[in-house]
Amino acid sequence: MERIPTFRKGGVHPNDKKVLSNGMAIERLPVPAELIVPLSQHLGAPATPLKQKGDTVVAGEKIGQASSFISADIHSPVHGTIADIKKVTLANSVVTEAFVIVPNAENPLGNWPEQPYDSLSAQEMLAIIKDMGVVGTGGATFPTHVKLAVPKGKSVEALVVNGVECEPYLTADHRLMLEQTDLVLRGIMIVAKITQPKRIIIGVENNKKDAIETLRQVIASNSYPITVTPLKVKYPQGDEKQLLKATINREIPSGKLPLDVGAVVLNIGTSFAIYEAVALRKPLVERVVTVSGEAMSTKRNLRVLLGSKVADLIAFAGGVSHEPDKYISGGPMMGFAFHDDQIPVIKGTSGILALDNEPAMKAPQTPCISCGRCVAACPMGLQPTKLFRLIDNRMYAEAMGMNLMDCKECGCCSYSCPAHLPLVHGMKLGKRLGRK
Amino acid sequence: MDVPKTIVSSSPHLHARSSTASIMWDVSIALTPAALWGVYVFGFRALGILLVSIATAVLVEYLLNMKGNNSRTILDGSAFLTGLLVGMNMPADAAFAVPVIASAFAIFVVKWTFGGLGANWINPALAGRVFVFFSFTGLMNSYRMPRTLATVDAVGSATVLTEIKLAIGEGAVNGLSSTGVLAETGYPFTAFAGSVSTWFQQTLGIGLSPYTVDAFFGNIAGCIGEVSAFLLIAGAIYLMVKKIITWQIPVSFLATFSLLAWMFGGVRNGLGLFEGDFVLQLFSGGMILGAFFMATDMVTSPTTRKGMVVFGIGIGFFAFLLRYFGSLPESVSLAIILMNIFVPMIDRYILPKRFGETIKEPKKQEAKA
Repeated sequence: MERIPTFRKGGVHPNDKKVLSNGMAIERLPVPAELIVPLSQHLGAPATPLKQKGDTVVAGEKIGQASSFISADIHSPVHGTIADIKKVTLANSVVTEAFVIVPNAENPLGNWPEQPYDSLSAQEMLAIIKDMGVVGTGGATFPTHVKLAVPKGKSVEALVVNGVECEPYLTADHRLMLEQTDLVLRGIMIVAKITQPKRIIIGVENNKKDAIETLRQVIASNSYPITVTPLKVKYPQGDEKQLLKATINREIPSGKLPLDVGAVVLNIGTSFAIYEAVALRKPLVERVVTVSGEAMSTKRNLRVLLGSKVADLIAFAGGVSHEPDKYISGGPMMGFAFHDDQIPVIKGTSGILALDNEPAMKAPQTPCISCGRCVAACPMGLQPTKLFRLIDNRMYAEAMGMNLMDCKECGCCSYSCPAHLPLVHGMKLGKRLGRK
Repeated sequence: MDVPKTIVSSSPHLHARSSTASIMWDVSIALTPAALWGVYVFGFRALGILLVSIATAVLVEYLLNMKGNNSRTILDGSAFLTGLLVGMNMPADAAFAVPVIASAFAIFVVKWTFGGLGANWINPALAGRVFVFFSFTGLMNSYRMPRTLATVDAVGSATVLTEIKLAIGEGAVNGLSSTGVLAETGYPFTAFAGSVSTWFQQTLGIGLSPYTVDAFFGNIAGCIGEVSAFLLIAGAIYLMVKKIITWQIPVSFLATFSLLAWMFGGVRNGLGLFEGDFVLQLFSGGMILGAFFMATDMVTSPTTRKGMVVFGIGIGFFAFLLRYFGSLPESVSLAIILMNIFVPMIDRYILPKRFGETIKEPKKQEAKA
C-alpha cells in the first residue's frame, strides 16, 4: 500500500463536482469577434501600453511592457487591429486599461513551430519566460520569471509541481495532464534546468487517478527524474503552503516564500505555458478554462484566447440551461462572482461557472454560536471567529496582532460556518483597512 | 447587462450546508430516545414536565423576539433545545411551576439579558436547573423510582448517589464499597441487573455491580432525561458521527473524573487509595447527560480543540470535588457552570498552533557548532 499523504491542520471536504467536466477533452474556442486584452492580468504593476488605437498587431506581438520588477508583458493573441483602448473592470474588481482587438477576418491565429531549446542556458530560458509574459496560471498570477529566479546563495531542494487542482468543478489542469502529458513534463524539465532542484515531485490529488497513471507512464518511458505523489483529497491542498506540507513536509513561515524552505512551486498550466514559451517562443496568449456548473447547458474544457469574453465561452457551451444563482470566475472556493458577461478571460482565469445548487448561499446570517468549526477548519491555525469579531468592531490593529495577514482567504471558515457569517469577506476587509 | 437575479458576493461560493438550526434540531433528536425512556419509566407525568418546559422556553423566546423585532430565533431550535434540556433535568414529580420557572429563567435571564443566542456565558438550561434546584431543594430532590424498579413505594425515593452520601454521613459504612453501601441499605436493583452481574462474575470473572448495570440502562431514580446512560451515549454517538460534538470535552471530562474517583473515591468509604468505584459514578446522576450534551454546548465551551481538553479536565476535577466532598451529590451541573466561567479565559490563552515552521538561522548554528 502506498502511503497517501495530505496536510494536517484544518481543511474541508467540499463535493469536488469534477465529474461534470473531467471527461470532456479540451476543445478550442473559435476566435471571437472581438478580444479585450487588459494590461493588468497579473499580480503586480499593470503593463505599459506599447500600441495605440488604430495600430495593427500580429499574433504574439508585445503590446504591453512590464512596468516594474513584479509585472509581466502582455501580447496580442491574434493578428488584428486595435479598435479601442478603454477601461474595464475585471472579475476580481481590478479596474485597468484594456486593448480592444478586432482579429483579422482571415487567418487571425499565429503559428509557432517548435524550435530547438536544449542548448539554451538557464539565464536565456529565464529571459525567454519573462519575454513571453508567463505568469502563474493557477489564479494568483505571480510573474513566473520572478519566481524562478533563485537568488545567489539559495539552493532548491525540491521542485514541487502542483497538479492538485483542489477547487471543486475545475478540470483544466486535469485535462492538460491527460492530453498534453509529455509537453507538461517537458515544461517541468525546463524549470528543472533553470532552478537545479535536488528532486522533482508532482503532487496530484487522488481523485485524478487516470492523470497519476498517465504521468507515471510518460515519466517512465522518457526516464524523467520526476516522482508523482498521489495526495489525499482535501481542500485547500492546491495552496503552495499546504502542498509543500503534504509533499515535502515543510511549513513555509508566515510572510515567507517557498524558496525559504528550499522549494519552488509551479502548477500544471504554468508548466505547459513554460514549455510553449521556451520551445515554441509562443507568448502566454491562450489558456485552458473549465466551463461548468449545474446551470451550464454543457460542461466544457476550452482552450481560449486571452481576452475572449466570458459570454463567448458560455455561448459556446450552449448558454445556461436556467437562471443560475451565481456566475463565478475561477473556482467556487476562491473565485470571484461576476454579473457582467462582457468581462474577458485573463491569464489567471481557470474556470467560468454557473452555479445554482446553493440554497445555503442565500441563507440568512445568524449569531455566532462559538462552535469552533472555523477554528478547526482554518489551515493556517487562525481563529476566524475572533478575527471577525475584532474586524467587525474596527479593531484592525488587534486583528493584525492575531496574525490576520496569515489568512489567505481560502474560504474554509466561511464554508464550515453554521451561522453563515461572511468570515472571508471580513478578513479581506480587515486586511485592506488594517494595512492603512 | 442582462443577468438580473444573479448574486454577487465574496468567496467562498460553496457551503457545508449546516446551519445553527440544523445543529440545534440534531441535538434535540439525539436527546429524544433518552427523554422517551424517561417518559416510559416515570410515566406520563414526565411527559407533562417535558412539554411544559419546552412550551415555556419557546413562549418566552417568542415574546422576547417580538420585543426585539428579531423573529428568526424562534425557528432555530435553540429555545426548544433549552426547554428540552430543562425538562430532562427535572424529577418527574416536580410541581409544574418548577419547570416553568426554570425555563423562563434560562431563556429570559441567562440567555436574553446577555444578548440572546450566542451571547450567554453559561449554559441556559443548566442555569435554569441550578436556579430551581437551590430555590426548591425539597421539590427537586424528591425522585420517583422507575417503573422497572417499582418494588418499593414509588414516590420520594433517593437516588443512588444520595443514598450513598446519606449512609456515609451516618458513618455506618466503614470499609464498604459503593455497591456494598447500597446493598447494606437494601437499595433495590432489577432482576435483569442481578443476572447480568452474576453472569459477569461467573463467565468473565469480572465483578460488575448490579447497581452499575441498572444505572447504565436507566433503571434508577433520577431526573427524567438523565437515567438512561445507554440511550444518551447512543445519542452522543449520533452527534459525533454528524460531527456536531467532538470527543475532546466528554472524554477529557469523564477520564479526569474517573481517574480522580478511582484514586481518591474510596477514601470517604474508609477504603484506601485506588479503591474508588468510579464506574457506578459515571453512569449515575447527570454525568453522561452533562458530559455529552451540556458541557459540549457550543456557546459556552472553548473554540479550540486544546481549549476543549482543558475545559473537560476542569469539569472532571470540579465534578469530582463536588460529588465526593460537597454537600449535594448531584453536582455535575455546578461543575460545568463553574468551568463555563473560565471559557473566555481559556479561549484567550489557549491558541491554536500557527502554521509555519521556525527556520533556524544557519549562520548562528554554525557559530555554535
